[in-house]
Amino acid sequence: MNRTLCDLRPGEHATVRKLLTKGSMRRRILDLGLIENTDVECISQSPGGDLSAFMIRGAVIAIRAEDLKGICIK
Amino acid sequence: MGLTNSSIGIHAVDSGLIIEKTSPQDRVIALAGNPNVGKSTVFNSLTGMHQHTGNWPGKTVATAQGICKDGGNTYVLVDIPGTYSLMPHSAEEEVARDLLCSGEPDAVVVVCDATCLERNLNLVLQTIELCPQTVVCVNLMDEAARKHIRLDLGKIEKRLGVPVVSTIARKKRSLQALLKAVTAVVEKKRVTTPYAVSYPAEIEDAIARLSPFLPSSLVLNPRWVCLQILQGNPSFSNDEVLTRETQAILSDLAEKGMDSDKIKDAIVSALVQAAEKICQGAITYEKDTYNKFDRQLDKLLTGRFTAYPIMLFFLAFIFWLTITGANYPSALLSALFNQLQTYLTAFCLQINMPDWLYGALILGVYRVLASVVSVMLPPMAIFFPLFTLLEDAGYLPRIAYNLDKPFKRCCACGKQALTMCMGFGCNAAGVVGCRIIDSPRERLLAILTNSFVPCNGRFPTLILLITMFFVSAEAGLFPSLLSAALLTFFILLSILLTFAATKILTKTVLKGVPSSFTLELPPYRRPQLGRVIVRSVLDRTLFVLGRAVAIAAPAGLVIWLLANVSVHGTSILSHCAAFFDPFARLMGLDGVILLAFILGFPANEIVMPLILMTYMATGSLPEVSDTNALHTVLVQNGWTWQTAASMLLFTLVHWPCSTTMLTIKKETGSAKWTAIAVALPTICGILLCILFNVFISCIR
Repeated sequence: MNRTLCDLRPGEHATVRKLLTKGSMRRRILDLGLIENTDVECISQSPGGDLSAFMIRGAVIAIRAEDLKGICIK
Repeated sequence: MGLTNSSIGIHAVDSGLIIEKTSPQDRVIALAGNPNVGKSTVFNSLTGMHQHTGNWPGKTVATAQGICKDGGNTYVLVDIPGTYSLMPHSAEEEVARDLLCSGEPDAVVVVCDATCLERNLNLVLQTIELCPQTVVCVNLMDEAARKHIRLDLGKIEKRLGVPVVSTIARKKRSLQALLKAVTAVVEKKRVTTPYAVSYPAEIEDAIARLSPFLPSSLVLNPRWVCLQILQGNPSFSNDEVLTRETQAILSDLAEKGMDSDKIKDAIVSALVQAAEKICQGAITYEKDTYNKFDRQLDKLLTGRFTAYPIMLFFLAFIFWLTITGANYPSALLSALFNQLQTYLTAFCLQINMPDWLYGALILGVYRVLASVVSVMLPPMAIFFPLFTLLEDAGYLPRIAYNLDKPFKRCCACGKQALTMCMGFGCNAAGVVGCRIIDSPRERLLAILTNSFVPCNGRFPTLILLITMFFVSAEAGLFPSLLSAALLTFFILLSILLTFAATKILTKTVLKGVPSSFTLELPPYRRPQLGRVIVRSVLDRTLFVLGRAVAIAAPAGLVIWLLANVSVHGTSILSHCAAFFDPFARLMGLDGVILLAFILGFPANEIVMPLILMTYMATGSLPEVSDTNALHTVLVQNGWTWQTAASMLLFTLVHWPCSTTMLTIKKETGSAKWTAIAVALPTICGILLCILFNVFISCIR
């Protein structure tokens, strides 16, 4: 099954397998250090439920659910 | 330290970047770094300036420059907006890249966050590739120590090949080492040997093939330029031969399965992996739970059930402090000004000053000045530092996190919440702040709707109207709580109207789908309580005093003249008021109020003083000492609670002030969008007032 960061619940860890995101968002995600084999932890979900916050290389970054679907994890 | 004089009002207008040297020997030092690592704090400490600082990424959107002296050297320091990489995504990041590429800086200082150094090294590696004269400044060392993160900077310096110094920017002394390192690098006493990132073989081959075709006049590092060309940066491939060669190389790469996305991936991955390697063994997290406190606070401030109530509580609490706190200095200042007026009057009588001059100076200029300072200033000077404290603590990005959902519903960007919050401080600053939004469409949305939230200059009017007409006059805890609750209600209304206006725009002139964005939630920081309060109260006071002299005083003079120069037996003021009156009545206001709003175009805080002064110029009330007396003046001029409510609504939503309008023109570069930015809130405000009054007369 193709799991993405969108499926990660708060408190869970995962390793990035592949990036499907295109264009400038792809570059932005890469610049944040989210390359293949990076370990990420889901920290929380926004009260509206659309944003999720992740611990990525020591920084907390929030990304919208639609964009998370483009980040596959193992 | 929050918004300051140099970041609001007319200073918020960005005049572009022209580096100003005091002499040709001056060296230019660029301050680069990821967002929210304390660049502006380093900048302020070094230059003694007061640029806006705050704990949220993207606060510096324009460049600032200042002078800093070290021994015999004079440095022109340029503070550039934070960026994650030199491949820009947004308007503010472009500013950073362009400056570094211009070749103007003699050295670059990359400021890094000690608590997440590895991520920061990505930018460091790109910068040293471009400019070998680089010093890495690892800031926030105190925070890292508190979180038990141990850094072996010696090891990192050896691996990077450029000087690495540690600083705690809030402590000025710790910056001496940084200056020393900069001087050594600039004077070439310290030769740097920048770490060269090794890219995958295909990319290295492509660089080797492309380099000979670069123009010989090139001042930039050829390797860096090749990488930019390979990543499709159009600004470098203006030469025909070069373009042809680039095409050939790119198609060869594509044959090997390296399309443009793959090339970018390979380059960024190489950078990230290099950063990982450099940090290996040099950073130790002594405690797994080093950010436990932040996470627990996040759980509370962004939790599903707690987030919104806490936001409301903060809002109401700040208003309550502002309302109760402002009473005392207000009463004191009014008494002082009244006393002074008695002396001034006596003096004028003594020197036999002509009546008209006395009227113009004392009843015109002085009275308006006095009421701006005594009535308007205290709430402004109290609200501002409180807002700043929240900003410094790192709460603003959490607001954006909490409010993304409604903004997304309006097809806008969650970061608009940040610019909206800035608007509470100053709409002009909020409009400039919109540069943090990447998508041009969403940025326009944020700019056009920014003046829907009341800025600091409009708060005193709101507070005054609420306390005069909707809360019983006696002092005490309950009335002040009720005032705060009512004010919170009106602010929520303004936020709701922001959503509505955004929605209207996305359904009409700015159609589109919400685009992607990332939002960094920085660690919480304890604000420097004493410093923030002193600094920002002082700042606000100076700002309002300056505007009172520059705008309120002349406006006072104009009103007095209008009230006292008669045409056909009636004053010009009465003519004007009579002209606006029929329309103003539709909105539940009167001609004088509408006229005051129009004259208040340069500064919102003078609207209420102008109204009072106009009533008094035609009436007979000599002195106004407290809100009770003000209330009497207004009631004598036919005000009811309905008038007050209409004025509250129109204060919330009307045209942006002149400075904001100028800023919008500058930021959008278009007369059309500026016109829309003025028309939208104006029409909304007028309709709102009319609808409210129709509704009230219907239920009566």
